[in-house]
Amino acid sequence: MTDTSLHRQLPDRLDNPLRSALLGWQTLLVLVAVVIFTVNSFASPYFLNAWSLSDLTFNFTEKALIALAMALLIISGEIDLSVAAIIALASTLMGLALQFGADTPVLVLIGVGTGIACGAFNGFLVTGLKLPSIVVTIGTMSLFRGIAFIVLGDQSFKGYPASFSWFGQGYVWWVISFELVLFLVAAVIFYVLLHRTNFGRRVFAIGNNDVAAKFSGVRVERIKFILFCLTGLMSGIAAVLLTARLGSTRPSIAQGFELEAITMVVLGGVSILGGAGSIIGVVLAALIVGLVTFGLGLLNVPGIVMTIFTGSLLIVVIALPILFKMWRQRA
Amino acid sequence: MKALTKHRELWLALAIVVVVIAVTLRFPRFSQPSNLLTIFNDTSILMMLALGQMVVILTRSIDLSMAANLALTGMIVAMVNAAFPGVPIPVLIAGCIVVGGALGAFNGILVWKLNIPAIVVTLGTLTIFRGLVFVISGGAWVNAAQMSPDFIQLQRGAFLGLPILSWFAIVVAALFYVLMTRTALGRSLYAIGVNPTASVYTGINVGRTKFLAFTIAGAVSGLAGYLWISRYVIASTEVASGYELTIIAACVIGGVSIAGGIGTVGGALLGALFLGVINNALPVINISPFWQMAISGSAILLAVVLNARGERNKGRVILKKAEGV
Repeated sequence: MTDTSLHRQLPDRLDNPLRSALLGWQTLLVLVAVVIFTVNSFASPYFLNAWSLSDLTFNFTEKALIALAMALLIISGEIDLSVAAIIALASTLMGLALQFGADTPVLVLIGVGTGIACGAFNGFLVTGLKLPSIVVTIGTMSLFRGIAFIVLGDQSFKGYPASFSWFGQGYVWWVISFELVLFLVAAVIFYVLLHRTNFGRRVFAIGNNDVAAKFSGVRVERIKFILFCLTGLMSGIAAVLLTARLGSTRPSIAQGFELEAITMVVLGGVSILGGAGSIIGVVLAALIVGLVTFGLGLLNVPGIVMTIFTGSLLIVVIALPILFKMWRQRA
Repeated sequence: MKALTKHRELWLALAIVVVVIAVTLRFPRFSQPSNLLTIFNDTSILMMLALGQMVVILTRSIDLSMAANLALTGMIVAMVNAAFPGVPIPVLIAGCIVVGGALGAFNGILVWKLNIPAIVVTLGTLTIFRGLVFVISGGAWVNAAQMSPDFIQLQRGAFLGLPILSWFAIVVAALFYVLMTRTALGRSLYAIGVNPTASVYTGINVGRTKFLAFTIAGAVSGLAGYLWISRYVIASTEVASGYELTIIAACVIGGVSIAGGIGTVGGALLGALFLGVINNALPVINISPFWQMAISGSAILLAVVLNARGERNKGRVILKKAEGV
């Protein structure tokens, strides 16, 4: 297969304009979502119910919030594997502040602030010291969660005030949870940021060719730094929501979130190599992952088995278009 | 700085010696030969895994599924042993290498034939393999009572004063040394990492070589699966959970460049040994094991900063000004 790439010639016109390719991807995702939704409805009598569907959203909103920022980061050609560890550290520091009598606004401030600080630290290491983000964030992942372990050991923090719990358990109206509203608002903001602003265009430019972007006057380092801070910010927000929802902090909190968030991003059609992707795709992918895990949960499928489905979904959804393209080229 | 990169392994070895001496100053028994051999034995599995991971990283790929592969192969071999205690252990070990190799080959085929980035493929197979451990075991554990005595005792036997487990690591390291320095495949692995395009023109099949790298990493994971299970005498879904990052950490500390093309067998071994020494030293100097994670995280960051300083002068010179280096 690799040999053919040697003899590949430039086509007269591009095979598939980017726009239609993305639209095609999103259509595929919508179809997948509809199929899973339908299967769920038939498979479990408890699925089609406003409260069930509301519970469903708790399954993915925290990870999806991170996925929104992660999408921008991956489009710019970087990655952050430390997001779950940031949640652990932010949650631990919130718990620590709680022991000193901090009230809800302070707790939220500490959670979000820790997130931004961690993101800035990643951003500094990657852009300031010019290190590869995948290694840096594997390191900070151990470091951040390691600090949480140092502080907490095998203990846990409990006893968050009710006004704080509302962020993770409260409803804005009827079955519409605060988490869901926050996610939808964030999705709109990120959509505008990526697809409707100069900043977003620059993110794409960096991901496609950062040297060319630099020649065009884009401040590559600064934008990447901002993206790391944004990812940290969203992780901090996710930490507030998750801590409020669970009502306790353990150092092992949010274990594995980074992989699920990246799965959502890649499933959403964002190229892991950078330079392409859309927020709508990521939102759809988050919905699909939520639907799959919730549907299987209703069928009493254990969480660990669900990971087989999400893992397979990730590979199959990416492999299918490639296989299709290969088949078409051969025909 | 140049000297530092030239003798990176030497400096890492020195760092390990410094740690050992520092601990010894307070606890003289730490550097007794028997304790040092224990540390080596404790680190044997990580050393083998780091070598497997190195081969993959050299080709500009990454294998996040090694720990899950280890858990799956380990569960399979434990269940086989529990069900058929009569099967000779060497057969089981060969089986582990084949099963692990097959799982690695699955990664490799996706990377080779479908050109999916390795990080995506192995992210997917990581969850699939780990899920399969649960499926085949039904969530149950296989414990010491169900394993045959031979299965547990093999690696604890001694040969020339060293535990068999250590010998496994030594033999695997020797094989990797031959592979990397004496075979065409070894050269190709480096070539692909340094410059994939030039490799194609040289006649190297890049995809196939990556496929082989993943298969090798898988085979090592499979072998490590048996060794891990028989060492800790428990097979469960949670075996080696999160260990994939420790393996990568060992490589990074050992000077294997995540950008591909740079890394040696000695470096990967020392990287693993460094983590092993730290892990063994912490309880001795009375630091809570909960510090372990933060310390290895800091070690990774420090290593990557130091390594990057050395690598900076290599590679593309054309756009140096433009890149603002």
